[in-house]
Amino acid sequence: MDNSTFEERKTIAGSMHSNLRHDSAHKHVSGTADYIDDIPEPAGTLHGALGMTDRAHAEIVSMDLSEVEAYPGVVCILTARDMPHSNDISPSHLDDEPVLAEGLVQFHGQPTFAVIAETRDIARRAARKAKIIYRDLRHHTDILDALENGAELVTKPLTLSRGDAEAELEISPRRLTGRMRIGGQEHFYLESHIAMAIPGEDDEITVWSSTQHPSEVQHMVGHVLGVPSNAVTVQVRRMGGGFGGKETQGNQFAALAAVAAKKLKRAVKFRPDRDEDMTATGKRHDFLVDYDVGFDEDGRIHAVKANYAARCGYSSDLSGPVTDRALFHADSSYFYPHVKLTSQPLKTHTVSNTAYRGFGGPQGMVGGERIIEEIAYALGKDPLEIRKLNFYGEKGSGRDLTPYHQQVEDNIIQRIVSELEESADYQARRNAVIDFNRTSRIIRKGIALTPVKFGISFTMTAFNQAGALVHVYQDGSIHLNHGGTEMGQGLYTKVAQVLADSFQVDISNVKITATTTGKVPNTSATAASSGSDLNGMAAYDAARQIKERLVDFAAERWQTERENITFVPNHVKIGDELVPFPAFIKQAYFARVQLSAAGFYKTPKIHWDRNTGRGTPFYYFAYGASVSEVSIDTLTGEYMVDRVDVLHDVGKSLNPAIDIGQVEGAFVQGMGWLTTEELWWDAKGRLRTHAPSTYKIPLASDRPKIFNVKLAEWAENAEMTIGRSKAVGEPPFMLPISVLEALSMAVASVADYRECPRLDTPATPERILMAVERLRTGRA
Amino acid sequence: MTQSSGSIRFILNDREIALTTVQPTATLLDFLRLEKRMTGTKEGCAEGDCGACTVLVGRLSAGELVYESVNACIRFTGSLNATHVVTVEHLAAKDGTLHPVQQAMVDYHGSQCGFCTPGFVMSLYGLWLSKDNPGRADIEKALQGNLCRCTGYEPIVRAAEAVAKARPDAVFDPIVKARNEIITKLTAIRSPQTIRMTSDDATLIVPGTAADLAEVLADHPQATIVAGSTDVGLWVTKQMRSLNPVIFINGLEDLQFIREMEDGIVIGAGVSYSAAFLAISARYPAFGRMLDRLGGEQVRNMGTIGGNVANGSPIGDTPPPLIALGASVNLRSKTGQRTVPLEAYFIEYGRQDRKPGEFVESIFVPHLPEDDHFAVYKISKRRDEDISALCGAFRLALNNDNTVASARIAFGGMAGTPKRASNVEKTLIGNLWSEETVRIAQAAFEADYQPLTDWRATAAYRMLTAKNLLLRFFLETSGEPSELVRFAAGEK
Repeated sequence: MDNSTFEERKTIAGSMHSNLRHDSAHKHVSGTADYIDDIPEPAGTLHGALGMTDRAHAEIVSMDLSEVEAYPGVVCILTARDMPHSNDISPSHLDDEPVLAEGLVQFHGQPTFAVIAETRDIARRAARKAKIIYRDLRHHTDILDALENGAELVTKPLTLSRGDAEAELEISPRRLTGRMRIGGQEHFYLESHIAMAIPGEDDEITVWSSTQHPSEVQHMVGHVLGVPSNAVTVQVRRMGGGFGGKETQGNQFAALAAVAAKKLKRAVKFRPDRDEDMTATGKRHDFLVDYDVGFDEDGRIHAVKANYAARCGYSSDLSGPVTDRALFHADSSYFYPHVKLTSQPLKTHTVSNTAYRGFGGPQGMVGGERIIEEIAYALGKDPLEIRKLNFYGEKGSGRDLTPYHQQVEDNIIQRIVSELEESADYQARRNAVIDFNRTSRIIRKGIALTPVKFGISFTMTAFNQAGALVHVYQDGSIHLNHGGTEMGQGLYTKVAQVLADSFQVDISNVKITATTTGKVPNTSATAASSGSDLNGMAAYDAARQIKERLVDFAAERWQTERENITFVPNHVKIGDELVPFPAFIKQAYFARVQLSAAGFYKTPKIHWDRNTGRGTPFYYFAYGASVSEVSIDTLTGEYMVDRVDVLHDVGKSLNPAIDIGQVEGAFVQGMGWLTTEELWWDAKGRLRTHAPSTYKIPLASDRPKIFNVKLAEWAENAEMTIGRSKAVGEPPFMLPISVLEALSMAVASVADYRECPRLDTPATPERILMAVERLRTGRA
Repeated sequence: MTQSSGSIRFILNDREIALTTVQPTATLLDFLRLEKRMTGTKEGCAEGDCGACTVLVGRLSAGELVYESVNACIRFTGSLNATHVVTVEHLAAKDGTLHPVQQAMVDYHGSQCGFCTPGFVMSLYGLWLSKDNPGRADIEKALQGNLCRCTGYEPIVRAAEAVAKARPDAVFDPIVKARNEIITKLTAIRSPQTIRMTSDDATLIVPGTAADLAEVLADHPQATIVAGSTDVGLWVTKQMRSLNPVIFINGLEDLQFIREMEDGIVIGAGVSYSAAFLAISARYPAFGRMLDRLGGEQVRNMGTIGGNVANGSPIGDTPPPLIALGASVNLRSKTGQRTVPLEAYFIEYGRQDRKPGEFVESIFVPHLPEDDHFAVYKISKRRDEDISALCGAFRLALNNDNTVASARIAFGGMAGTPKRASNVEKTLIGNLWSEETVRIAQAAFEADYQPLTDWRATAAYRMLTAKNLLLRFFLETSGEPSELVRFAAGEK
């Protein structure tokens, strides 16, 4: 009996919905958080480096690797023919992604061979000694070139259609068409890709991989080696950032490390240099959006037709679902009475583009918001007015159906936007901006409010499942494992909170352990913002099972009804008796209660039929909005983000501190995508912005000078998610569309806001200046 | 096979290190991570642009012990003699109690994935050591060389502000505590003797005096001279070049002077951007403001104006203002010294007027007459820590009747070398300093420059912006606001 403690402690430390710091924060700041390159290497570990082609598209006539092989310290060379079972690691199973190029290279930088050497330095130096003779083929790296050259599609396109867009466009009071280029984006996780493979007995192998998708690495390694999945164990404690860039792109490094490790019976590590990582791994897709919109004099949309052409790179990778998700978000937060959306996933001779935070959604939404902006300029109105006119209505309003025929049931965008409009003092500030622009010749300002509505769930229904493994040891300490991976988003912390909350023990009793395919099998990628929704529920389920057994045990031991047994802070309350949790567990052990459980969760309700373009692909939507105010210099195109206000919906937050961090971080990352981050290929098809010296992500001094971020505290998920929370990883990435539109308004001021500046992205200082010139000339 | 006279000796946290075999291109980061297995310091980019590898290097400067943040990835081990290297492992107390800088990063949720965090901690620690009560502008400047992809920086700046406001008593701090002891040790290590070391047929030389340097260069005219290694570092980490021999001059006190002369200042070739900042910003404020945006803090702590000039890059940021100011280069060799006007030093792309055996000893910068107008404009895709798309410097003297008496205009990023806009200058001189004259002179840029298109900007943008910068200069001289400013003067 320990009533005194109970009286003092009404709550546990680290419950759900509390502001808990990241579980590894103290290790991050002291340099003691181990990333894969920090793990002590087994004796005799070898190091690999990629041999990368300098042609964008060519047949390999001959490969002379004798100098590579002869380089002192080189242990062996791997080519396509050295892959024991298969040379393919296509995540879409279209057999279009070789580990190492064979006969044909399809992008500048594609790996053609790998060197294994005593040190990483030797491997990198040796890799440069290859003599490869090519026969060049025509290449196209750009979307327009691809279209002109009749490029093939890397995967099947999608059409979403409702009503009769063509007919409605013809009879709409107003109609306009336009085209927008949306640039790609490098993930720039601070930790580059890395894999370390340690060979085991028989066919066994263990791979430490910086991956968001250990199960897929497991499958790919097994596939390349020709061994079953049960021989391959893939582990990852944490990544130094992922953002989608480690969903499929780690496969090649893991596969090569594994092949070399099995061949040489030594541990092998692959850690590409930053430039090699940026050259040889995929990025966010660039898009070319052609839109055609019919609307009336009020600004109400009657019909939208749009085509989303994407630079997919040389293989399919995830381009199918990425371009699908672009279409799923081409409506942004707006009801299109008649709509036809098509995707065009184009093959280009560039690295195969891949997942990146938002997964096509941001590009879809940027296109949708451009349509709104166009209508506003065409009618001479504030874009916010057009937005409000076109928002989805309440459920059952007749304006609640998406282009994919899912009913929007949880719409809160009107409330989010009106609260933000007021708290950010939007109207007064907009007037002030317009006043400022009247008298300022060189410096101009702009302001914009844009909304976000983002669909949550993998559109591949099968991926919406998760597992967790929970052990309670005799001393009452708890071991937590689940299928999600930690890349900085605080997933491990949140799931540990779920467990602490379930058992009502302080979170210090929960040990978070590295993700491994050996503990929780058949996991999905930690992606699509789904990590805490899925794994939190799976952990909750595991705890539920153990608790049920414990309650059964207590009911029998204490001879009482089950409902008299409750889990209270660090104790179990049985009738009037309080038993400290560890003592209770000890008794349960001696009573031979199973104190371990595998939890499982699958998202209910969802289904999607790609062939008909109909279904309910999303369990729910996450909402948000932002107001951005910017200044531009019309002589140079330079700009600054003066102030940003955000109101974002994460449902009932599992951890507001972590969620605010996600919102702030996503905002700045999204802002970088839309402003300074530019991917630039030269005429030979070589990516020239392949390092932080040339590819410019935001700095501390680029973040909004005033940055007010709030969570909608009243929000609660309408669906039965863990703690009624909502996913947070991706949705806020689209908030900074308001930065782009504010820049656009500042540009538009030079022509009295009569013309939509049609800024392409990234809106670099150059694009701003050139748009200013274009508008000025147009006026002259 | 190793031949050496002397060894590279430094202090690593609380341990003395003496290395007798050092490859000239071996980096500090590899030394820490591979040899010492101290893995707190991370490799993010291996080119000095992300700051994940930030460590502090303490050195004696005029008897003072100065600590500066540097990028370990491009800092060569051979350049560390008589320094104190401080890594993230050194900050927390032995019992695990975090340093206040670290604790603030925890309390304000300043880390997410954590990979950049040790670098941020070290940059903030460097700021904490060197500046009382820093404001937001100081914090952002101190963090220009650190990339974070997760947080959006807001919580990191909040943490920095919190530490600045509640500056705790520093007695627990490992550096503050051991300051005298470290000074004694570094003084003992320091030696005017030239260090020479050959391992695996590659030689590194650390000359003890400028005369030694001249001597060594006479023997090895093809040697690579390394001062800050902010460019040469990349030749090694990215191009995998083998350099032999390498001469490290960053510790050479003979080149670490700023001399006030009657008609100008002389800046020793070994003076870092950071060390030159006060002298330059006091005399040429516009040049100082540009230096604030050159590289990140780590690069400014390592890189030198001498190196920026000697290196001859067409996109170096200091040559345009130096040319506009009429600076000259003092070259020295075993056989003597000579002085060349800076604009003549740049012959063509990749070729400078530096003969075998010569080294840049110093740069002479004439005083700016009080009435002269002087401006420097750096244009880049990202405002800070970016290589310029173009960089223009303007200097103008007006007659009493407001006509242009003299003009010196120089640009980087517009030609194969930093180059004067002589046609523009000619168009201006003698004419009324007016918007109309400026409009006419803008056209003359086309006669001066034929810029290239690359990933930083198109030729069209470079040309248009160069023209517009002349207008900006005019507006600035006439008091019309024409430039964006993130923090107004004095804004905290």
